Amino acid sequence: MLQDKDRIFTNLYGTHSPGLEEAKKRGAWHLVPEMLQQTPEWICDQIKASGLRGRGGAGFPTGLKWTFMPKEVRDRPHYLVVNADESEPGTCKDREIMRHDPHLLIEGCMVASYAMRAHACYVYIRGEYIAEREALEKAVKEAYEAKLIGKDNVNGWDFDLYVHHGAGAYICGEETALLESLEGKKGQPRLKPPFPANAGLYGCPTTVNNVESIAVAPTILRRGADWFAGFGRPNNAGTKLFCVSGHVNKPCNVEEEMSITFKDLIDTHCGGIRGGWDNLKAVIPGGSSVPMVPAEQIMDAYMDFDTLRDLKSGLGTAAVIVMDKSTDLVQAISRIAYFYKHESCGQCTPCREGTGWMWRVLERMAKGEADHKEIDMLLDVSQQIEGHTICALGDAAAWPVQGLIRHFRHEIEDRITRYRAPRALVQGQTVAAE
Amino acid sequence: MADDLFKLNIDGKDIEVPKSYTLMQACEEAGAEIPRFCYHERLSVAGNCRMCLVQWKGAPKPIASCAQTVGEMRMNPDGTPPNILTSGDYVEKARNGVMEFLLINHPLDCPICDQGGECDLQDQAIAYGRSGSRYSLNKRAVENKNMGPLVKTIMTRCIQCTRCVRFAAEVAGVEELGMISRGEDAEITTYLEESLKSELSGNVIDLCPVGALTSKPYAYNARPWELRKTESIDVMDAMGAAIRVDAKGAGVMRIMPVVNEEVNEEWISDKSRFIWDGLARQRLDKPYIRENGKLRAASWKEALARTAELLEGPAEKIGFLAGDLTEVEQAKAAKDLAGKLGVKSLDCRPAGAAYGADGVREKYILNPTLMGIEEADALLLVGTNPRLEAAVWNARIRKAWLWNELQVGVVGEPVDLTYSYEHLGSGPADLDGLLDGDSEFVKAFKDAKRPMVVVGENAITGEQGLDVLNAAHQIALDAGAISEDWAGFGVLHNAAGRVGALDVGFVPEEGGADTVAMLSGGVETLVLLGGDEHDLSNLGDTKVIYVGHHGEAGASKADVILPCAAYTEMTATYVNTEGRVQMTSAAVQPKGEAREAWAIFRALSDVLGKTLPYDSAAELREHLREENAVFAGLGFAPGTAGHKVLMEAPAKAQNLDKARPFGAVIEDFYLTNPIARASKTMAECSLMKRSLETPVAAE
Repeated sequence: MLQDKDRIFTNLYGTHSPGLEEAKKRGAWHLVPEMLQQTPEWICDQIKASGLRGRGGAGFPTGLKWTFMPKEVRDRPHYLVVNADESEPGTCKDREIMRHDPHLLIEGCMVASYAMRAHACYVYIRGEYIAEREALEKAVKEAYEAKLIGKDNVNGWDFDLYVHHGAGAYICGEETALLESLEGKKGQPRLKPPFPANAGLYGCPTTVNNVESIAVAPTILRRGADWFAGFGRPNNAGTKLFCVSGHVNKPCNVEEEMSITFKDLIDTHCGGIRGGWDNLKAVIPGGSSVPMVPAEQIMDAYMDFDTLRDLKSGLGTAAVIVMDKSTDLVQAISRIAYFYKHESCGQCTPCREGTGWMWRVLERMAKGEADHKEIDMLLDVSQQIEGHTICALGDAAAWPVQGLIRHFRHEIEDRITRYRAPRALVQGQTVAAE
Repeated sequence: MADDLFKLNIDGKDIEVPKSYTLMQACEEAGAEIPRFCYHERLSVAGNCRMCLVQWKGAPKPIASCAQTVGEMRMNPDGTPPNILTSGDYVEKARNGVMEFLLINHPLDCPICDQGGECDLQDQAIAYGRSGSRYSLNKRAVENKNMGPLVKTIMTRCIQCTRCVRFAAEVAGVEELGMISRGEDAEITTYLEESLKSELSGNVIDLCPVGALTSKPYAYNARPWELRKTESIDVMDAMGAAIRVDAKGAGVMRIMPVVNEEVNEEWISDKSRFIWDGLARQRLDKPYIRENGKLRAASWKEALARTAELLEGPAEKIGFLAGDLTEVEQAKAAKDLAGKLGVKSLDCRPAGAAYGADGVREKYILNPTLMGIEEADALLLVGTNPRLEAAVWNARIRKAWLWNELQVGVVGEPVDLTYSYEHLGSGPADLDGLLDGDSEFVKAFKDAKRPMVVVGENAITGEQGLDVLNAAHQIALDAGAISEDWAGFGVLHNAAGRVGALDVGFVPEEGGADTVAMLSGGVETLVLLGGDEHDLSNLGDTKVIYVGHHGEAGASKADVILPCAAYTEMTATYVNTEGRVQMTSAAVQPKGEAREAWAIFRALSDVLGKTLPYDSAAELREHLREENAVFAGLGFAPGTAGHKVLMEAPAKAQNLDKARPFGAVIEDFYLTNPIARASKTMAECSLMKRSLETPVAAE
């Protein structure tokens, strides 16, 4: 269990002021000029050594990603873009960072920009995050006024930070769609390659990182890569914000060590499962897009990238959605399918046509008004979407459905059977004597 | 060169392709056929239909071959070239899946769809579709959009490939098409529900892989398999675009573009495409004679006899005037007859034009060629609006501007050309000392390796026409536009028949009257070869013998009407603005008793007792080739061959400051010739265009 002294987000619950003065007392902006005196390579090496994996969902090693940027700035400027379009259902970690610890993010932007030789950084905030935008803008203003960022700042690296407010489309959280949206176009994912590190924002080398990945970077540099790497199992290092929601006694956001077991996480921070551990049915461990894991498999599982991948699920954004036995899983997945149908950008065929199809079939299945053979068809349709699309939204739409069928096929079958079973006779109807 | 090549193993076959190739091109090079909907050679890659998926052994997912550049692929871990499979269960399954998705919301209304029989979706569904549908739910319906009089929309059929959107934005240069909404509600729309403000909008019909965008005038007229397809040449402008005329029975049903990289790539203008209904209206299908002020139908014998009567007067009182659509054979036969009669008054140019009289071909053709624009790095347009005069070429200029950073300067009307340019002045006076300026364009123009000067036909017509021509020529010389391997100076004509007639020598001989003189009572008998575009109001008592195919201005003034074939009804030679000799093919028979025009002159020569020395079009062309070698090279544009002649400095331009400024070249793009003016579709387009241009107060 993570001790208080090892927490990066020491104001996660907003118990203290998010303002600059207080943030500085909590350690923000400490040693930043010294970091900027090191070479960019040194920073990338430290982040690599810390084992930090991207906190946005895919878990790509952050330090490695930073090194993909060209080694020197040529005719095109470099950009850092921070993905604060936190829209994955169940996820609310970046929200808390921007509300209560915005200076960790801002200093992170500065250090990461320096590591990538960028003088400008854009933070793309989700459309619905109005209070968060205001909080972040306030903090940015403070930082500018204190000459921590901007031209000729005290840290010695010219750096501008722009906060951009999105319009509330889930797809704009996909990095290339985010760039399109930032450029003022319709948010539709781009074809890759070229990857953003080659041609990103306005065709310039760009790195897109999650808020949490950026916000933890300065603390890693302050406390050392070894410190961060000391948490969690190998290849799954560090501390992580978990957003636990659903049928637990006390849903919460909490910073914990990676690779904590599910049971520990719930018992320590969330007051256990509603109705006790026997009442647990299934868990979606990483935001709505990852397949669910049934109770017996998740209980003692480590909450980290590799363990959950082996369980055919994923850590994703670490948005842990807990479902007890009162949950109508088919209806729940149907609702998730509706979300992906609604948020598909419509650009490529499988996702545009397939998400609506899956949702409609699931809606009927939730009532039992379907055919047994439709279960296999649904699985087939989900596999026809998965991996065939431009971006990962197709996968995200397919996986929850696959998870449901993988683990709870019997529930769908039961419901269909029950729906088809003979009903009680309607009064007045005649029945042949037997 | 090995550095630029990349080795691949496609379907077990080793192949080396340039690194710039897409995987799709590489697969095609290896002989594999890749299905596609959104991909199009001449548009940017969208990668959204997902039909072109192939298997890359070792990759976790199938690869969209249209979007994968070969040069960016990795070798196998053991260093062997990547293995690609374009068929097999894995690929089939992926494509079948995509096809199923495309079809679940596509109405299966093929029996009433105009695209039926030439539909990409239909064809590929045969290869990749299931025999039955697993989708038992309701299909999506999409409201149709108004896209004007040319393009019919049935948007429920749309598969959101966005080819039309990319065409409008990239080729046509009008961002008036787009996709709104998202997910399964995504729709292609013109936003404001009006026709595209483009002369090329009809091309979206060909681009649409399904029946969402079809031809409105052609709707429900014919099935593709019923049509006789004849490849031919368009005569709506001087480009000579390659077309295919589809006919059923005696009627032309539609006109489609044919690929000709050197001329029109694969686009044609809306006028070229939708003119065909004009070929069935207002036609002259029998000879007429004017008696007591009224035209009456007559037999050929009567008409020819009456014509001969009119031509029996003194030769100096007879004139021959060719029009915009005059084909070479007609011009040749008419000129030969004129020669036999001793007539010196011949002309084929617009009123007031003096160019071409010396017969120096290089000074009236577009030497740098239409395709040359892709090699040019700076273009100076003088008194021309290529958007209206050669709409398809304008798209090519835009392409060069977009991709090759072509710099464009304009002396003339400052109109929207769909690309940005520097406006250097509006009249001939601005040509004087043009190169002394220090504007960005002038600098780029002087530094350019391959500068290009294009003068509009309109600019070199009129009193100072020759001076403008000479001044522009001089600018080209001064800018270094003429060299061994680059002839960067030329004239952009706007009439299909002009260059051909000039090549025949259809200009006044010593002492003969020119167009202006002939049209203002300078002759007693005027033989009009089409020529409805001329101002015929000052003819006075001049007797008119009209050889043409539409009952229009010329016919209404005529004393004798000799009906001839239109361009879809004859095999005839046209020379385009580049000096490229091309031939049309007869797709249908001439209307009624109409005959090919050369044959009319041949018959007439017989009646006059001055028989022309050929009995067939082939023999006539033999004569043509003997007299002028240019007619021997079919499909060939001389291009840089003209540099020698152009090297010679032209006469010094005089009085440029007194010349009239360059005005609007074409008043109404849709109504430039009698066929277009007879076309209902063109009339609708013209009306639509005017209404779109009239600003309306917001309500």
